[in-house]
This record gives sequence, C-alpha cells and structure tokens, in this order.
Amino acid sequence: MNIFKQAKFFWTSIVLAVVFAVIMQFLIVGGTLNQFYVNTLFFIGINIILAVSLHLIIGVTGQFSIGHAGFLAVGAYASAIITMKLSLPFPVALLVGGLAAAVAGLIIGIPTLRLKGDYLAIATLGFGEIVRIVFLNIDYVGGASGMTVTHLTTWPWLIGCVVLTVLVIVNFTNSTHGRACISIRENEIAADAMGINTTYYKVAAFAIGAFFAGIAGALYAHNFYIIQPTNFGFLKSFDILIFVVLGGLGSLSGAVIAAILLTIISTYLQSYPEIRMVIYSLVLIVMMLYRPQGLLGTKEITSFFKGGKSAKGGVQHGSKNTVA
Amino acid sequence: MAAKTQLLKVENAGIRFGGLKAVSDVNLELKQGELVGLIGPNGAGKTTFFNLLTGVYVPTEGSISLDGEKLNGLAPYKITKKGISRTFQNIRLFDELSVLDNVKVAYHSLAKHSIFSSIFRLPSHFSGEREMEEKAIEFLKIFKLEGSLHEKAKNLPYGQQRRLEIARALAANPKLLLLDEPAAGMNPQETEELMNLIALIREKFDLTILLIEHDMLLVMGVCERIYVLDHGQLIANGTPEQIRNNPKVIEAYLGEEVS
Ligand SMILES: Nc1ncnc2c1ncn2[C@@H]1O[C@H](COP(=O)(O)OP(=O)(O)OP(=O)(O)O)[C@@H](O)[C@H]1O
Ligand SMILES: [Mg+2]
Repeated sequence: MNIFKQAKFFWTSIVLAVVFAVIMQFLIVGGTLNQFYVNTLFFIGINIILAVSLHLIIGVTGQFSIGHAGFLAVGAYASAIITMKLSLPFPVALLVGGLAAAVAGLIIGIPTLRLKGDYLAIATLGFGEIVRIVFLNIDYVGGASGMTVTHLTTWPWLIGCVVLTVLVIVNFTNSTHGRACISIRENEIAADAMGINTTYYKVAAFAIGAFFAGIAGALYAHNFYIIQPTNFGFLKSFDILIFVVLGGLGSLSGAVIAAILLTIISTYLQSYPEIRMVIYSLVLIVMMLYRPQGLLGTKEITSFFKGGKSAKGGVQHGSKNTVA
Repeated sequence: MAAKTQLLKVENAGIRFGGLKAVSDVNLELKQGELVGLIGPNGAGKTTFFNLLTGVYVPTEGSISLDGEKLNGLAPYKITKKGISRTFQNIRLFDELSVLDNVKVAYHSLAKHSIFSSIFRLPSHFSGEREMEEKAIEFLKIFKLEGSLHEKAKNLPYGQQRRLEIARALAANPKLLLLDEPAAGMNPQETEELMNLIALIREKFDLTILLIEHDMLLVMGVCERIYVLDHGQLIANGTPEQIRNNPKVIEAYLGEEVS
C-alpha cells in the first residue's frame, strides 16, 4: 500500500535473506550440516524457484499450464551443454538455461495461449512430453542414458537465484503489469475491454515463468552428476503443480511453504516412491475436501503478521465464455 | 439541433453465428455528446451489437467507424484505446481485486513504466504507480466509492458493484460509453441514483452514451433518441415520442410479455 512501508518490508526481507544465507554458508562449509540436510536444502531451493515461477503463470495470470517440467528440462540441458560441451563458466550456464527456457516459453506460449482452459492444459502437457522425447532422441545430449554433469551448484548461487526469483516475481506482481495479469485471471473479457493486451501479458507471464524454471533447471542439472530425460516426465510437472495448488492458487508464500513441506516429506520417503505418490494423493484429496482453496487460500503470509492487506489472489471458476 | 460532429457510424453491420443472424444490417449513427437508447425484446441482439462495437466479435458484414476511423477487426483492447468502453449486462468486475485496483487496471494503458522498471523497482516505477493511485482515488470520489477503496470488488453491495463497473469503464477514458442494462436488478431508488450519475458523468466527461435498457419508462425518460432492435434488425429509430407510437415497435413488444 504505502510505498514507504513497502520499501521497509522489502529491505527487512533482503537483510533477513542475506543473514540466513551467510549463516547457512558457514554451516555447510564448516560441515556442521550433514550431507543429507544439505541435499534436502538444495532440493528445497530448486523447488521454491519452480513453485514460484509456476505460481506466476497459474496463480497470478490464471493460465493453467501443466508442462512446467518441460522448461526445467530445457534449462537443465541447455546449461549442461554450456558447461560440459562448451566448457564455459557456470554463471553463463545459468543465464543460458534461463534464456533457452524463456525462448521455449515464447515458442509454445504464442500459439497456445490463445487457447482457453482445458485446451491450454492439454497443449502444455503435450509440450512437456515432446521436450522429454526430443532429448531422449538426441544423441548429442546422451539420449536415454543422459548427460553427465559436474557438480557446480553451490549454496551462494542457489540462494541467490531463489532470492532473485522471488524478488522479480513479487515486484512484477505488485505493479501495473501484475495487475494486468491478475485482471486476466479474474475476467479475461473485462480485462480486454479495459484496454489490457491480454495475449501480450499472458505470453509475458509465461516467458518470465519459463525463464526461472530454466534457471531452476541449470541449478538442478549441476546439483546431480547426471541428467536424464526420465527426470523430466509428467510426474515432475505434476509435483510442481501440486506446490502451487496446495499452497493456494494466487498465494506466492503459500506456494513457497508447500514447496518446502512437500520437499521435506518426499525426501524422507525417497526410498518408497510408490508411498510418496499415495501420500501426495491423500494430501490432495484431504485438501480438496477440507480446504479447497489451498493452504493459504488467496492470502500472503505477510497478511497474517500485519493483519492488514490481504493479497490479490484466488482463481475463480465459472463460465465466462459468453459475453453478456 | 446544432451541427454536432459525428462520433460513431455503423453501416450495415451484422454477424451470424452459423445459421443464426444475431444482428444484421444495422445502421446507426451517434453524434458527439448524445445519450441514445437501444431497446428491444429479449434475444433481439442488443448485447451482441455491443460485442460487435467493442470487438468481442468481428462483424461478418458491414463496417463500424469511430471518429472516421474504421474499427472492424481490431482487437478489443485496441478498440478500447481508440475510445469505446463498456459495462456488461452480467457484472464483470475483477472480483478478487480491490475497488482501487479495479480502476487502476483501466489506467494501465496510460502507464509509462515498463515491466523492466517495475521488476527492478526503478524510480519510474514508483512515480508511475503513485500517479495511478492518486488519480484512481480522486476518480473514485466522483462515484462515492472512496469509502471502500481497499474492499474486494466482490464484497461490495450490488448497486455499488454496478457503479464501480461504470467507474472502471470511464477510467479507460472513452469518448463513447456503452452501458448494457445498467439498472438491471436495481430497486427504484438505486435506479434513480444511477440516472443522476449518468447525467453527471455525461456532463463532466463530455461523453457520448449508448444505453441498453429494458425499463421502457427509464429509457423514454432520459434518452434523446432511441433505436429499436428486434430479431437482429433495426425496426425503428427516433425520439421517444415517435418510438412510443410506432406500430412496429408496439407489435414487437406485444409479441412477448411486456416487462
Ligand atoms: N456467441 C454466440 N453464439 C451463438 N449465438 C449467439 C452468441 N451470442 C449471442 N447469440 C444469440 O444471438 C441472439 C441475440 O442475443 P443477445 O444476447 O444479443 O440478445 P439481447 O438483445 O442482449 O437480449 P437480452 O435482453 O436478453 O439481454 C440470441 O438468440 C443469442 O442466443
Ligand atoms: Mg443482452
């Protein structure tokens, strides 16, 4: 609301993030944190980026895209080619991973974002599968056996990217551009009638979301020693989708919290992948029954502390197709 | 009548959905500053005609021009920028956005700050946003909505939602305002207030208004001229007096229950 308050909140968050990052850096380097926890922490970071980037597309702009793992894959492979094949430094790989995914986002977004609802979902689902199959059949990137990648993802890069992603998407959302996206989610026909170039903003949100998913892909690829097309199947897209849905469509902090919780749960269940899916399904069913709006509904976590401004969230459904 | 300049010119416009001619061969002209009514029985094609004017549907025949500039085939957001803005028969507010933000969305086309400057919070972002906010607050005072600036649109009472929708349409700075049954569902007192509001904004914003309304008395009371649509075709146009006594109109309305 108040610009001064906003700035204060902004700087407080930044300072807290830096303090947290520095403390963790000491704990990791000093070996206080054992490898299991470090791994989980890295998973959490990558998943937060994925959740927040998909939140921009689904939660803010209301475009039901379910092929997010496709962008993750594009970022992962593009960045791996940069470091492994071209021997360029990791920061370049991060940037190229993001850009490659953003370009993929533009290519898929421009034709499909004219589609509505179910059609968009099907098209993006198809996109995710196509990307996976393409990588599966390119020998240059190892085909089915995948590509070996050096471990280059370090804590400072990871936390830096997480903070950058959250910042960019929060700043975008809380501006006239974000309001344009929200207006599309709320009522596309009215948004159009108010002079919003709806196609432009849908594509913009899609490309920005894809960009950060690509960065997540670069971090992901360089966190493991190998990437394979099977890492990026539909189930991965589904995992990311659940963060956004469980957190509450329209709530960024909800998506972050869901990403943290579910990553921890699934790390502990790593050795029982079947049980993991069962638990996920149960969590979803219970949520649909008792809290269909998601963990935080449309609110942001900050609104609970300040008791003030509730966020601009909430996807509402209904027939909006005939204009009356 | 003084020689007012022509604002909207619609020539032989029509649209068919498959076999159904929802609107056909409509000729209509609006002069700068006029308040004109558009009436007709249920399903006559009034809303569809608005959808043609605003680009929701592209006319399959005829032409539409505003200030001498052809609008056919332009995207709806471009038509809005050219100066036609509207409200909807079934209210279409941005429900989860605040009253203030609903109006700010209409100001979006005027924003000078780019996505880049918002993401990196450059000075132009802050000045641009502040300007929008101040303008929107001032604007909402005219509509007596300044008491609920931060209320979600969906939480407003019905009458205020209608008012907010008109405010939002006006914030887009139109030359021509299209109102689709703005008094639908209002009680007599709210309707009265609405009519006063329409008179006020028309004066204040130098507007031309085309109004769809079912309530005959209301239309006859405020409009200078009236067009009558039936089965997608214009069957009459003229002053309220002429319309009242036009046999075709009487027939069209007697064909169904008079509401
Ligand atoms: N997208 C569409 N596809 C097919 N038919 C349509 C479409 N839109 C409108 N129609 C038809 O066009 C005709 C005119 O409808 P319209 O909504 O314009 O009427 P109206 O005069 O606004 O009526 P009301 O007073 O009930 O609002 C109706 O028969 C309607 O079913
Ligand atoms: Mg209608």
